[in-house]
Amino acid sequence: MDREAAAAGAVERVFREDRERLLPILAARFGDLDLAEEVAAEAVETVEAALSRWPRDGVPDAPLAWLVTTARRRAVDRLRRNRSEAQRLAVLLADQGRHRAGGWAGPADDVVGSGDDAVPDERLQLFFTLCHPALPVEAHTALTLRYLAGLTTAEVAQAFLVPVATMAQRLIRAKRKIREARIPFRVPTRAELPDRLPGVLGALYLVFTEGYAASSGSALVRADLVEEAIRLARILHRLLPGEPEVTGLLALLLLTDARRPARTDPDGVPVALAEQDRSRWDRDRIAQGCRLVVEALRGRPGPYGVQAAIAAVHAEAPDAARTDWPQIVALYDVLLGRVPSPVVALNRAVAVGMRDGPRAALDLVDGLAAAPELREFHVVPAVRAELLRRLGRADDAAAEVRRALDLVGNLAERLSLERLLDRVTAGGPG
Amino acid sequence: MKYMLLVFGFHDGPPEGAGAEPTVEEFQAYERSLVDAGVRVDGAALTGEDVATTVQVRADGRRLVANGPFAESREFLGGFVLIDVPDLDAAMDWAARCPGARYGRVEVRPLLQL
Repeated sequence: MDREAAAAGAVERVFREDRERLLPILAARFGDLDLAEEVAAEAVETVEAALSRWPRDGVPDAPLAWLVTTARRRAVDRLRRNRSEAQRLAVLLADQGRHRAGGWAGPADDVVGSGDDAVPDERLQLFFTLCHPALPVEAHTALTLRYLAGLTTAEVAQAFLVPVATMAQRLIRAKRKIREARIPFRVPTRAELPDRLPGVLGALYLVFTEGYAASSGSALVRADLVEEAIRLARILHRLLPGEPEVTGLLALLLLTDARRPARTDPDGVPVALAEQDRSRWDRDRIAQGCRLVVEALRGRPGPYGVQAAIAAVHAEAPDAARTDWPQIVALYDVLLGRVPSPVVALNRAVAVGMRDGPRAALDLVDGLAAAPELREFHVVPAVRAELLRRLGRADDAAAEVRRALDLVGNLAERLSLERLLDRVTAGGPG
Repeated sequence: MKYMLLVFGFHDGPPEGAGAEPTVEEFQAYERSLVDAGVRVDGAALTGEDVATTVQVRADGRRLVANGPFAESREFLGGFVLIDVPDLDAAMDWAARCPGARYGRVEVRPLLQL
């Protein structure tokens, strides 16, 4: 009985991975996500019905091949029923003949990635198709969660706090464009990669920050988003092991998420980095992240690699005072060279404040405050408040906190600012 | 799959970061490369908007004729190319190679499959 249960468990595990790989394979074959999804569901059902027999008959050698064959047969049946699909049916049958004759087609020489699997992992193609530059950015994240992470449309809608109907429309429009404009399901060539990779990395980063930064909505779903982003980044890293920015993104996500247990207090109010209880940081994630940063910084580091390096310097410091601030400022200088954004400059100013004192930072922040991107950004007065507090200008600091309170949107950030106001009005530089 | 590449120019000159104004020779070379690659179905450069005439027909059959394009716009349609290529990536590559893409913009529109 126990052996049977163990065997069933093993089948489950193999089956989950295979089920995830099934949809990308079918989507690539059909060039149609809807058809792929429908027949994948039917194939899984058919194969699952046979699952109960596996412990007795033994685990089949290639459940993925079985799933694909079953699904393809369903697709042929469906297309046959519909006369207008004759052209696509012909393509599918030709495809089937090719695969029978030559086995799995390996990737072409100039195509990046592949891993060492006997079966090329079609998930890589799907990453690039779903985050194609011809699709809107908000569709990249939605499609990635729907078709790579396997969330339902309702779950994706909940994750982004939009009505289910809105999310369904967004997905339908994107799928129609993939089908009608014929966005291909293929991995870009090496030459195309610099143009195409940022879209994929950006989508994963957005999924992560959506889960990590937002404080409204169901906390559980949000934590799931963080986990999904990290899981997908791991898959992408396995498929493209030689791409520094993929490695950099995975490192950044791990190092940022390592702080999750300490970044809010028991009431859910955000705790500033300097005040976090670092004993609660996830040491496993930090160790993994730091190993990956070393890899990511070989050659000319990209924006994700540099941000990961900044996170690694924080992760290795015992507290804020004993952080290598000159190193962090230097890394922000590199980052500003890659991403000239006022928000990056603001972060750099905070680091300068830790290195050279509040006076120097305040001058930098004042110089930045006029940037249009920062004019309505509540972090600017919050940063000024903290610097003024350290200069002993309690009244000015309090006024800045009140300005920040006028601009801030979400409740948890608001509570955090109210605590700062208490600290500021309690007086004295700290 | 057939894609229409619509080549637009800007009345007020090119946007910031645009390349040099393309020459007629460059457009001719582009047309040749389309023919050589076997992807060109059709294509032409258009006369200026000052030569355009707009025609509309009302429900009662009345014909409305106006001088010029329908609406004042920042941009004008300068020409088109109809190509037959496997997918959007290939169509986007041809759009990017069009000399008009660096001075104006090229819109890629798949033909509706009926």
